[in-house]
Amino acid sequence: MADSQLQLSLYRSMLTIRRFEERCNNLFMQGKIPSTLHLYIGQEAVAAGVCAHLTADDYATSTHRPHGHSIAKGVSLRSIMAELYAKRTGCCKGKGGSMHVGDMTVGMIPAIAIVGGNIPLTTGLALACKRLGQGRVAVGFMGDGATNEGAFHEGLNMAAIWDLPAVFVVENNLYAASTPVGVTFKIQDIAQRAASYGMASDICDGMDVLAVYEAAGRAIARARAGGGPTLLECKTYRHCGHSRSDPRTYRPKEEETDWATRDAILRMAAHLKEAGLVTGESLAQIEQEVMAAVDDAVAFAESSPSPAPEEALEDVFWGEGPVPFAAAASGGVR
Amino acid sequence: MTQMSIAEAIREGIREEMRRDPAVFCIGEDIGIPGGFGGAFTVTLGLSDEFGHERILDTPISELGLAGVAVGAAMAGLRPIADVQYSDFLFLAMDQLVNNAAKMTYMSGGVAKVPMVMRAPVGATARGSQHAQSLEAFFCHVPGLKVVAPATAYDAKGLLKSAVRDDNPVIMFEHKLLYGSKGPRTERGALSPVGEVPDEDYVVPIGKGIIRRPGKDVTIVGKLLTMYRALAAAEELAKEGIEAEVIDPRTLVPLDKELLLESVKKTGRLVIVEEDNLTGGWAGDLAAIVADEAFFWLDAPVKRVSAPDVPPPFAPVMEQFYVPSVERVVAAARALLGK
Repeated sequence: MADSQLQLSLYRSMLTIRRFEERCNNLFMQGKIPSTLHLYIGQEAVAAGVCAHLTADDYATSTHRPHGHSIAKGVSLRSIMAELYAKRTGCCKGKGGSMHVGDMTVGMIPAIAIVGGNIPLTTGLALACKRLGQGRVAVGFMGDGATNEGAFHEGLNMAAIWDLPAVFVVENNLYAASTPVGVTFKIQDIAQRAASYGMASDICDGMDVLAVYEAAGRAIARARAGGGPTLLECKTYRHCGHSRSDPRTYRPKEEETDWATRDAILRMAAHLKEAGLVTGESLAQIEQEVMAAVDDAVAFAESSPSPAPEEALEDVFWGEGPVPFAAAASGGVR
Repeated sequence: MTQMSIAEAIREGIREEMRRDPAVFCIGEDIGIPGGFGGAFTVTLGLSDEFGHERILDTPISELGLAGVAVGAAMAGLRPIADVQYSDFLFLAMDQLVNNAAKMTYMSGGVAKVPMVMRAPVGATARGSQHAQSLEAFFCHVPGLKVVAPATAYDAKGLLKSAVRDDNPVIMFEHKLLYGSKGPRTERGALSPVGEVPDEDYVVPIGKGIIRRPGKDVTIVGKLLTMYRALAAAEELAKEGIEAEVIDPRTLVPLDKELLLESVKKTGRLVIVEEDNLTGGWAGDLAAIVADEAFFWLDAPVKRVSAPDVPPPFAPVMEQFYVPSVERVVAAARALLGK
């Protein structure tokens, strides 16, 4: 069982993701954030519980829904918010946006927004971790939908045959966009697929951060010890829709209400109080601190400069200058 | 100096880079299996004896997967040399190459790097439509990828070394008829040029083309196999008193534009020869560059000698019709000179 300090930090991590994204949603409604948003609200226990075992030297890969993973992995709120605002100070200098946030300095690979695309790449990161022998691990987050991509099969099989230090975390939230898992899976548990690769697997309650923490701990410890990869299925639910334009008309209202009562943050708050680890006052204190950090991130983003349009020509090739553009304007006349 | 085929030259290039840098490794299908092929065209033959199976890493038949593994490994400190048996199989790996390898540096604001090489054999060699395509143009179109296409043993080794040392993803296209593979992997009708390769360390810089034959009347650009078609055409034209200049770009991205423009400004005429089919091809892009930047130096239209817009056919007589012939190149050059 996680000690009290750690339990508090898991709670704080989840709350930070929740409040950050609620603010994102707000800012999006006000038209301050361009593009769409894929929010993670409801699934925070998974990112928090898994990433609590990782250091900046470990790698994590994410999806088109990367805010939660990035925050839990240590990417600064300021740099994520500035990226959402399309500012030069963003974690991708305004070239990534919501779906590509990440920060190599904390081991968060720029998020990969093609479903399943991060899976073989995670295997490659794990291959390097093993070869370079520093005890690092690579964790790949994915939704249930990604496990129906060919990339899942190829990536997991190679991780298994080479006994790589990888953990594949499936956040089964019952829907791939609007399509329910019953339409796309013949099996009950996605974790069953691990057997076909000779890979270890585990299933946990993805709405219980302590359960995620325990299960992820076992998988990551196995990976670090040279015991090979794990497919970890977290049963979870997203309280919001797939993206900002999703009215969720395909979901039964009772289902949403039922899962809302299992909200990971409410449950953890109740648990912390019952266990005597916090008082109502200290929870309010955490809430205040989290809100202050989110406010700070917004202020930073709003006061940051936009990139110049021609900065679009930079960073195409690593360590090289901007690519040429419209150079012919002066060169073609004799 | 040692006389080498292109397959041997690439193999030696890989060997030297793997000795120089422990982060370099090969990943592909059938590349290091004892008693196996050493890759589809023998390039990696014997390398697992020296480097073992961790560094000559055989994969399942998973092109998308192995490309993704290469991207991830490159991002975490290794330098993979990946390969596919036929470039046609790159279509299976497109997501990893185009959406990940090519864009990671950009999407990270210049922080993430993907120092990987992807080797791929091209060219029509009596295998029908799915083992015959020349895919250079597909990859030239993707910002963030460098593309090289060596036609000689010297360039193959030198460009391979440059590609391995580059901090960006490099796609290296090799031509099946130029390898000079030995034994059961020998190609029927192969050109298999053998060339002198220095024994000491050297590189051919990415982005530098070369004039293979100087001339003043017409510029002929060819790469891989079509560079040899261009040279043979120049030989024919010389008999008629036409001095053709043959340019081998060697690197397709970034293109040595200056070399091309200087040549065209000298000759005033341009023929571009490529094995890929015409529409949306590489030749069209070169023609556009010249039209844009050297239009007033041109004395005649720019001619593209490409394959027709059909899939590569199987029957040797049709395949020979499909791949640009020396005769077609000669005819195009003659037409530009009004002969």
